[in-house]
Amino acid sequence: MQVKSSLQARESVLFVMQSASTANVSTLNRSLEWFGDLGTFSWNVIRASVTKPFEFREIVRQLDEIGSKSLPLVACAGAAVGAVLALESRHSLARFGATSMLPAAIVFSVIHEMGPVVTGLVVAGRVGAGIGAELGSMKVTEQIDAIEASAVNPFKLLAVTRILACIIALPLLTLAADFFGVLTGWVAATLVDPITLHRFVMKGFAGASFSDFLAPTFRTAVFGLIIGLVACFQGMRTEGGTEGVGRSTTSAVVLSSLFVILADVVLVKLILVLFP
Amino acid sequence: MSQSILIPARESNDRANANPAAESVVALRDVHKSYGAQKVVDGISLTVNRGETLAVLGRSGTGKSVLLRLIIGLQKPDSGSIAIHGQETASLGLDQMNLLRVKMGFLFQQAALYDSLTVEQNISFPLERHTNMSKAERAGRVKELLASVGMESALDKMPSDISGGMKKRVGLARALALRPDILLLDEPTAGLDPITSGEIDELILKLQEENNMASIVVTHDLLSAKTIADRIALLDKGKVAIEGSFEDLAASKDEFVTEFFKRDS
Repeated sequence: MQVKSSLQARESVLFVMQSASTANVSTLNRSLEWFGDLGTFSWNVIRASVTKPFEFREIVRQLDEIGSKSLPLVACAGAAVGAVLALESRHSLARFGATSMLPAAIVFSVIHEMGPVVTGLVVAGRVGAGIGAELGSMKVTEQIDAIEASAVNPFKLLAVTRILACIIALPLLTLAADFFGVLTGWVAATLVDPITLHRFVMKGFAGASFSDFLAPTFRTAVFGLIIGLVACFQGMRTEGGTEGVGRSTTSAVVLSSLFVILADVVLVKLILVLFP
Repeated sequence: MSQSILIPARESNDRANANPAAESVVALRDVHKSYGAQKVVDGISLTVNRGETLAVLGRSGTGKSVLLRLIIGLQKPDSGSIAIHGQETASLGLDQMNLLRVKMGFLFQQAALYDSLTVEQNISFPLERHTNMSKAERAGRVKELLASVGMESALDKMPSDISGGMKKRVGLARALALRPDILLLDEPTAGLDPITSGEIDELILKLQEENNMASIVVTHDLLSAKTIADRIALLDKGKVAIEGSFEDLAASKDEFVTEFFKRDS
């Protein structure tokens, strides 16, 4: 009796292990398929981007949609980060009697990490969702097919323009986030311990070099590439009607945010190596 | 006999069949297309001549719309050949295919107007990209096209502000913008009331006669097929069950054909 139940238990364990293994293989297959499709999509985008005609008017329109219209949100996010950094850092620095370092701590934190990452994540949310939903809707209502049937390359008109706009807009939006972050950092700092803006900026940027500012800002161009590419890819492969549009929108935001975070880790290491 | 069968068929019904030497504009030979295990198009061969209208009828899911997508190159056949103006599409690169696409107009089932553009911009879209027309010339051509489909007043409207029938008209105007040789219409009267359907049919007939195009009309609407088509191909399970004039099909004793005609009426 005991032997029989022991055999049954072993069979159950084997069944669970086999199921888990099948599920893992299936997930791995799906992931590899996704990366393969992304590679094909990227190749189509690269080919479309180097052939005439260039859709300059559409690029300008997308710069407005992606850049100008993201500015208020990015500015607010940057401002919040600056204020919170000032409040939090003061406590930490006070423990070591280093409150005089507060301007430098705020400026370095904002321009090195917080400004670029917050901008990347905010734009991934706003623009990723927008592109995913717009292109997804166009796909399920056959508008993308209509573009192709009109002998116009949809990769060029829809994907290249949006990706380029993201690449151009992200560094500019990062500058705005940095500006508002430093500004509200000063406001929060001066409310506790009054300091002039001029003195705050001088102390903050005293030890900063041009590379401190340049590399982190242009790092966000890579974030722009990731956000544009992933959101366009997810949107243009939408299937399954309005439910599919919802899935594309969600996955565009989730995946572009995830890849922005991963890219940030890699790029920070790369920048530290290249600009020690 | 149904009311639709009593309506006189198009006088030119046998025009293309009566002229075997007519120029073949679209030719499909043994075309196959499957999605996974499901065969959607299973060895279809069809030809359409200049000035002729072919209606493709059949039950839902028999590959009618897929046939149009294969012809314009939105999808590739698994096997078989599709020739447009004598050029095999399988061997063409994207640029060459686009040269052929410029000669084709496509009306999608839901019109597929661009949401973010006005009616005027929708029709102007192919003109901007494939002609050297000035802005004023384009505006003139758009007005002319909208007048031909009776939609002059919708110039500045957004697609979301117009009805389904109006969208079909605008879609038809957009399909005709580049004066195509071949017109592909995917269910032009689907979802429309009988009066609007009749108007769309009349419009297609008028435009067909004015432009002497080769047209392929996918439809479920037997009355519409009878009104606008020279020839009808009835599809069943991805194959052409029967092909001929409306009268040929109406006189057929084939069980599927009689059932289709009876059900539709």
